[in-house]
Amino acid sequence: MNDIAIRVKGLGKLYRIGAKAERYQSLRDALVDALKAPFRRKEAVPTLWALKDVSFAVNHGEVLGIIGRNGAGKSTLLKILSRITDPTEGCAEIHGRVGSLLEIGTGFHPELTGRENIFLNGAILGMKKRDIERQFDAIVDFSEIGQFLDTPVKHYSSGMFMRLAFSVAAHLESDILMVDEVLAVGDAKFQKKCMGKMGDVAAKGRTVLFVSHNMAAIQRLCRTGLYLDAGRINYCGSASEAVARYQKAFVSDGAAVPDERSVREGDIRFIRWETIRADPLLPPHSCQSRDQVVFKFTLVSRRRVNEAAVLFAVWSLDGTLLLAAGSRDQGREPFDIQEGTHSVLVRTRLPLKAGLYQLDISLYASGLGQLDRWTAEPRLNVLPRLDTQLAESWHGLLNEEVGIDLVE
Amino acid sequence: MSSVESKTGDARTDRVFFIEPAQGRLSLKLLELWEARELLFFLVWRDLKVRYKQTVLGAAWAILQPVMTMVVFSVFFGRLAKVPSDGLPYPVFVFTALLPWQLFAYALTESSNSLVGNQNLLSKVYFPRLVFPLAPLLAGLVDFTIAFVVLLALMAFYGIVPTLAILTLPLLVLLAILTAMAVGLWLSALNVQYRDVRYTIPFLTQFWLLATPIAYSSSLVPEPWRALLGLNPMAGVVEGFRWALLGKGGGSVSQLVISTAIVGILLIGGLVYFHRMERTFADRV
Repeated sequence: MNDIAIRVKGLGKLYRIGAKAERYQSLRDALVDALKAPFRRKEAVPTLWALKDVSFAVNHGEVLGIIGRNGAGKSTLLKILSRITDPTEGCAEIHGRVGSLLEIGTGFHPELTGRENIFLNGAILGMKKRDIERQFDAIVDFSEIGQFLDTPVKHYSSGMFMRLAFSVAAHLESDILMVDEVLAVGDAKFQKKCMGKMGDVAAKGRTVLFVSHNMAAIQRLCRTGLYLDAGRINYCGSASEAVARYQKAFVSDGAAVPDERSVREGDIRFIRWETIRADPLLPPHSCQSRDQVVFKFTLVSRRRVNEAAVLFAVWSLDGTLLLAAGSRDQGREPFDIQEGTHSVLVRTRLPLKAGLYQLDISLYASGLGQLDRWTAEPRLNVLPRLDTQLAESWHGLLNEEVGIDLVE
Repeated sequence: MSSVESKTGDARTDRVFFIEPAQGRLSLKLLELWEARELLFFLVWRDLKVRYKQTVLGAAWAILQPVMTMVVFSVFFGRLAKVPSDGLPYPVFVFTALLPWQLFAYALTESSNSLVGNQNLLSKVYFPRLVFPLAPLLAGLVDFTIAFVVLLALMAFYGIVPTLAILTLPLLVLLAILTAMAVGLWLSALNVQYRDVRYTIPFLTQFWLLATPIAYSSSLVPEPWRALLGLNPMAGVVEGFRWALLGKGGGSVSQLVISTAIVGILLIGGLVYFHRMERTFADRV
């Protein structure tokens, strides 16, 4: 057996779109069409390639993240690979048993109890009865539904329902697992657990195809990434590059970054930056949207400077100044800087939508003006929050909590 | 939990699937169907469980339905219209025919709506599509078995002792199931594309009920035409039931042969049509 788990060649899927395909055809329409047919030239039915010329290969044990906008063909790809629907052209070759999870809780019946649904759903996902029995306790433990095991699931809270559904799915033991955006489940704590479980699955050497809008999850779980754009492969390679390209595509293409006027060769300058991360799993130059974050800028000085102030700014890639704050107007005493290496810590909270941002830091001293201004490299990667659906945060610049209540 | 998983975690099945655009190839994927037998069992179990959970009377419905119909038929056709019943007590005469009929009607209706009714599964999970129309057939058998006990009681009440012919009963039940399956395959696949089918089914079963010698006997039909009644496979089944259990009836061997042949043709056609359409179910439903 070779090492290839999935090989896809020139896969394409054509959908007919427009009024006809949207609603199911009634027999009358079909009869009328058949009668009219001889008297009419063939109308061109509007079509759409949901997937076109898609070729790639996945090795055994590889965890491939699939990203792209809504409608880019991610789900169609998984549907074809899990044999739910047929490709229009091209072919795929799959070595091993496939378990696919296009939706969690598929086939759950509200009238049945949690226990009964575990068996039903397990069977639907392709598990054998004895496998379900063997894993039963693990599934129940993981779902944390405890005493409600014998309650019909229609009485469950939506959180409990999702937890149970995810637990069954998480214990699916196929060689190849295809997962479509199912991690946005339950509260933050359970999500962490889900991520952990997915990490376990990946670590066990199983092949995983993972579709998500959650870039943080993709970057944590996957080494390789596939970026689909309008049904075609835009990029296939390392996960971080795929994510970077995807995010770049979202931010305006014209990268009118703040002008680079910094005096890089000066005797006092910023040389690097990083985030002081609470979560070591986060990539180094990133933060999670809306979380408290500390940026550490390293400043090297070959001389003494008295009464200095720092100005910190965040820009969007299209050159909009999003945030600017000076140490002085934030109420800090002026700094006296000695010769040597210093760290400038910037504490803040960025309620920005996910994407790449430009940090900008400069140093001033009274009487001397600007000593250094640095357009920080690399850029800051703001990751979407695990507890919100990313799609929602694409609208607008900010990703901030909004309380909306109905008051009688 | 992880210790158990690691045991099987590495075991790769050496199976290769090829995914290609639909071609004319005809394979019914029987191996796959066999592998899905547990799922089939669970779907049958789900249907029964849900049906009985949501109703107050539960499994009693399996008995009540045919019994009520029998009472109504006995009063109107047996008592008032005095429909001849081949010398048998009318209630037994009609009940014996109603049992396979109800099995058939239930199986046909549920099977025809099975794909549309399981839309969610159809578009989100893959397993052999044949499982959908098959599950209701088996669920119907459970109801049939329950109601069969009533029939035995009724026969005992009228002092009817079945002959050895009762041994052919499983074959007749099979014929009823296959008839439902044959028509169910056609209708379920058509239903995906044309939702009109759903509304046609109640009408179809009603019409079919009248065309089947349930309330009356085949012997009402003049001799040369009687074998033609077998064009309706359920006629063969129903008269076969009467012969197997009660030892009498207006059926004939030629009728049964014609019925079987018709079912065979319908079934093969249904399987081919279903197979041809199944690749598009997920896109169309």
